[in-house]
Amino acid sequence: MPDGTTGVKETVAAVRNVADRIEEEREYLTELDSAIGDADHGANLDRGFQAAVEQVEALEDPTPEEIVQTVGTALLSEVGGAAGPLYGGGLMQASGELADGVTAETTIAFAEAYLKSVQERGDAAVGQKTMVDTLVPAVHTYRKSIEQDDLSPLAALAKTVAACERGVDFTLPIKAEKGRASYLGWRSVGHQDPGATSTLFIVEEILATARETMEAEGDVEEDARSPTTPDGVKNQEG
Amino acid sequence: MVGLVVISHSRRAAEGIREIAAEMGSEDAPIAAVGGDPEGGIGTDATAIRETIEAMGDEEGVVVLVDLGSAVMNAELAIEQADVDATIADGPVLEGAVNATVAATSPHASLQSVRNAAEEAGEISKL
Repeated sequence: MPDGTTGVKETVAAVRNVADRIEEEREYLTELDSAIGDADHGANLDRGFQAAVEQVEALEDPTPEEIVQTVGTALLSEVGGAAGPLYGGGLMQASGELADGVTAETTIAFAEAYLKSVQERGDAAVGQKTMVDTLVPAVHTYRKSIEQDDLSPLAALAKTVAACERGVDFTLPIKAEKGRASYLGWRSVGHQDPGATSTLFIVEEILATARETMEAEGDVEEDARSPTTPDGVKNQEG
Repeated sequence: MVGLVVISHSRRAAEGIREIAAEMGSEDAPIAAVGGDPEGGIGTDATAIRETIEAMGDEEGVVVLVDLGSAVMNAELAIEQADVDATIADGPVLEGAVNATVAATSPHASLQSVRNAAEEAGEISKL
């Protein structure tokens, strides 16, 4: 039976992988942000995740809940700007969902709590050119892949990444209605949203961590972009 | 008295707004300014905002004035975490601070009346 300490090693590995990836993508994220924002997303997020790794490594026998709570606090105090309260506040608020460890069920609840926090804090909906455009399809896909399509968490994560990619692409042609980019109005069209993009990178690293630590069932890559069945329709093989 | 906290993405802008507003209030009017990201650049910092609001813990509530987007989010988070009766005024940061400072000097000032005064500044016509 899973308990509050299930998934400690995996959670720490995910934090490290995400921090490394954000460091690699720092310039790219800043470049995206310089087009429609204040050119600090890469640097701010990198500073936050470096602090998060340091603080997580200093924890003694932490639970996944404590690890995520620590990452949230670090991001909140180090990142600043809008990303601090959105990413950091979101993780702090959602961390409680991992009180019973990291399982398919708890991660669905965690993802939904994170999305809810981001949407409430940012007062944002789909179609406003924000990270919500990535998060909404991601969380929906993850939940549905597990609960309705009976996919393994690994296959569900692969589908979630594909959903994130489509969400990021969706931000390119639309006009910003939230955040600094909204001041640009129509001039924001044609630029990819930095927050939606960093959210994709984070989910990609969660998938990469799951690949390193979980047994694959079938060809996850092949299946990732296959269409999900409509809501309410059970997987025929299930 | 009701305290005021001015938040801007720029620490210097916040200080400047505080100076302009303070001229309108009594000498000991509690007005504080906070701004800039944790590195001292342009941005806002929830921790610094929380500390500034908490430093006004002895006042009869705190009205918070903000500039752009992330200032609102960081102020909301700071208020949730601070053990102080604080509220954000949905008004222009400079004119709102001036109005609120005047309202705070009234002997009948309350958290709500000062917040209302800051919000009414949104209707000021300049021409």
